[in-house]
Amino acid sequence: MIGFYTLFRKEVLRFWKVGFQTIGSPMLTTLLYLLIFSHVLERHVQIYPGVEYTVFLIPGLVMMAMLQNAFANSSSSLIQSKVTGNIVFVLLSPLSYLEVFLAYVLASVARGLLVGLGFYLVTLIFFIVPLSSFLWVFLFTLMGNALLGSLGVVAGIWAEKFDELAAFQNFFILPLTFLSGVFYTVHSLPSFWRNLSYLNPFFYMIDGFRYGFFGISEIPPHFSFMVVTTFFLTISWLALRMLKTGYRLRH
Amino acid sequence: MIPAIEIKHVHKCFGAVHALRNINLEIPIGEFFGLLGPNGAGKTTLINILAGLTLSNSGSAKVMGHDVVTDYREARHALGVVPQELVFDPFFTVREILSIQSGYYGLKNNNLWIEEILHYLDLADKANINMRALSGGMKRRVLVAQALVHKPPVIVLDEPTAGVDVELRQALWRFIKRLNYNGHTIVLTTHYLDEAEELCSRVAMLKQGEVVALDSTKNLISNIAGCSIQLRLSPDKLPAALQSTMISYAEGSYILSVKDYTQIEGVLTALRVAQVRVLEMQLLRPHLEEAFIKIMNDVENQEPA
Repeated sequence: MIGFYTLFRKEVLRFWKVGFQTIGSPMLTTLLYLLIFSHVLERHVQIYPGVEYTVFLIPGLVMMAMLQNAFANSSSSLIQSKVTGNIVFVLLSPLSYLEVFLAYVLASVARGLLVGLGFYLVTLIFFIVPLSSFLWVFLFTLMGNALLGSLGVVAGIWAEKFDELAAFQNFFILPLTFLSGVFYTVHSLPSFWRNLSYLNPFFYMIDGFRYGFFGISEIPPHFSFMVVTTFFLTISWLALRMLKTGYRLRH
Repeated sequence: MIPAIEIKHVHKCFGAVHALRNINLEIPIGEFFGLLGPNGAGKTTLINILAGLTLSNSGSAKVMGHDVVTDYREARHALGVVPQELVFDPFFTVREILSIQSGYYGLKNNNLWIEEILHYLDLADKANINMRALSGGMKRRVLVAQALVHKPPVIVLDEPTAGVDVELRQALWRFIKRLNYNGHTIVLTTHYLDEAEELCSRVAMLKQGEVVALDSTKNLISNIAGCSIQLRLSPDKLPAALQSTMISYAEGSYILSVKDYTQIEGVLTALRVAQVRVLEMQLLRPHLEEAFIKIMNDVENQEPA
């Protein structure tokens, strides 16, 4: 327990010490998205009846920021430790693979949460965002961050160079987050693209999370939550398997 | 009594490279053991297998009776490793690093011992400095400190003195000797054979993944290194009969190799016959380095062409 807690604390301190880069900067980027998209589209688009476009946009942006940062945290920490070699201090220690996994994932959840919450609180100064069900908001926050944190563990272990991780992030994570219905509802898409969106796990996270705020969603939140949980369990199983066998860590 | 380290039939291949072939090694508790060999002999691979950083293809390794794979948590609790590479975490200060490292081993209030390590490794005034700002020698000391936070009964040092100045080297050995005196088992790899000779009571020599010699340092030196004598002669000319025993000649002094000291009689007789007078004679103590070179060459010669 002390071992797990120490690694978790170290991982949190790691991003906290460079907070401008790991929390401040993604918060600002997300606020800029909000500013620009709402300015351009506010008068043209209304997705949910009685909900301003800007307000519609906020939960999706919160989720997107959380997911991207949860992924960035575990993956960048692992690749840095691997490339500089200081991963040996974790590998030499008696920490179990489960402890290592939980520490990295929970630190990712913490960073995602800080960025998302920070952005959300800033928007509350300017907009009134309804909160229909705190429970769903909480559950999707936890599961979404955990899924991406765990995916970050997989990517961080798999990648052997910064370049490989950047490719994973830019060609996989980024398109999936942007095309998940953050800026629109997939309902408005042509049927081919709509069906394609249903294959995107990020879509369910955004949709279910948004339900927690507006009480409206394309898919029943229970179903979305089941999809996200299934993905989380699958990716976690993969990450644990990698840690247990020492894939690309113990040669 | 269980040995501190027990390695049985360990094989390791990296692709087509056979890094370790059937290694068998047993190191009793309390020993100061040297692992010697040229670069690429497999020393670090063997250490990494003990530490769990590398997985062997077959065979088993145990630390204090705990298998490094099936019982890895206990095995790693018992082991402290100073890695060869100067690795460090740039986000933290020396004290933070040591406290984090203690936590990994489940230790919460380890400050007293951390202070003691900092003191003995002369790191006390660097405790609150970020790792990035430390010199290479200081980083090396921190690596040693990190390996010791959990007071492991077995300490493995992989070339701890490579590229380290004389002062630190001496301070480091004083500290390690003290730990050995207090009952810790020490395993050391180094390319400085004088260090190994002075410190290690027993030595294994590795070449191309095989143990080619394993004996007490004393035996290796006296059985294999042979003896040598240094002579100054008048006239300054070595008789033909002794030419084959000559190792070197510099500035009027000859160094001859003899199997043992009883052969000196023969050397003196040959000199008398040739009417050469001995101005000065010195018996040279053999060193581990001679034994090392000889063993490595012998292995080379035995290999099929």
